[in-house]
Amino acid sequence: MTQVASLTLQHNDDARPIIEAILADNDGARVLSMPGAVKIDRDMELVVNRASVEARLGRVWDPQEIHLVLISMAGNLDEDDDAFKVSWKH
Amino acid sequence: MTIQIKTIDIEPKRQTFGHIARRLGGDKPASRYQEGTLDVQATANFHYKPLWEPEFWHYDTRKTAVVMDDWYKPLDPRQYYYATYNITRANMNQAVERNFAFIEERGLIEKMSPAAKDAVAKGLLPARHLHWGSNMNMSEMTQRGYGTAVTAPCIFSAGDHLGMAQILSRVGLELDGQTGASLEAAKRTWMDDAAWQGARRLIEDSFVERDWFQLYVAQTLGVNAVLFDLIYKRLDAAWRDGAIAIAMLTEFMSDWRAEESRWSDHVVKVVAAESAANASLVSQWANHWIDRAIEAARPLSAALLDDAGKAAEAAGEAAKTRARALGLAI
Repeated sequence: MTQVASLTLQHNDDARPIIEAILADNDGARVLSMPGAVKIDRDMELVVNRASVEARLGRVWDPQEIHLVLISMAGNLDEDDDAFKVSWKH
Repeated sequence: MTIQIKTIDIEPKRQTFGHIARRLGGDKPASRYQEGTLDVQATANFHYKPLWEPEFWHYDTRKTAVVMDDWYKPLDPRQYYYATYNITRANMNQAVERNFAFIEERGLIEKMSPAAKDAVAKGLLPARHLHWGSNMNMSEMTQRGYGTAVTAPCIFSAGDHLGMAQILSRVGLELDGQTGASLEAAKRTWMDDAAWQGARRLIEDSFVERDWFQLYVAQTLGVNAVLFDLIYKRLDAAWRDGAIAIAMLTEFMSDWRAEESRWSDHVVKVVAAESAANASLVSQWANHWIDRAIEAARPLSAALLDDAGKAAEAAGEAAKTRARALGLAI
């Protein structure tokens, strides 16, 4: 069964590079814009790569910083120094 | 009765300014950096020609020999605008304050041997004048340069140099018990000591360079990459038992250099890559100013390390390698 991995982020200047990085790195991600928030869904897996965010941000970025703009998430979390990933076991 | 709460997502009519949208190729949300940088400088409809330089307008692409189709190509990879720059520097300055407090609490400067104190007074403190000169140069590029993409980071850099000169002044005040005597002595060293005359001549000659991008190359690849890298990265042995204290007090300079070179290298790279004519001009300038900076650095490393100028050569080689990596013919 296909399950939806999801991240909901605040929609502001701090989150915009993260949102762009997610959309660039995750084919087939679906975006739901709400007032002040953006919900990004994808089947089974959604990943935020440190390198892609840094390329857009122009500075060093720690994947933990995503918590400053993260509202909600769905999926099992796997985070390390290079990525922040939510996914469902196959 | 049930009440249903509904939200409506209202799309703004525009995501950003028209001139930014034209740059981005569509009406997309722009970052603060983009909105505070792209096409900010005035380009037309100046009212009065400057009398002091009537051959040019206030902002004029002809003030340098290199030609760019668009001076907004060399953007700042750090994406600094007023807020991000100041927040970053405020954090770096907090570390400076902590380091000074730590050094004072432990009396690490007082405990330095007289020979080490003497080396710092002779070899490090006069560099505040070199920073002041670099501040002059970066301000000059801000006022003669073209396009906010380049000139805004230039004035940030000018501020950085002023700040670093102040850090060195505070090191001097630690040495002389807050009297300022060491700074007056450092001024005399800067003016009269043979070890510093090469550096003084180099920076004073750069003051009269009218081509602002040549000045940019001279400052970032000559003064910063050779002289400052020599002083802050290769003179540890000269400070003897004070090396750790000095390393802590000049931590700002290492962080600054690692960060600013990302920007300054990127600008040189983009301008040189624009055309063969640019590449040859920039290479010529880089060759000239790196060689001059090595000449200027040689007596300094000879006097402080007693190495007949080897450390200066090594700093020069590193600067040349850096310049080659930017696509210059060195």
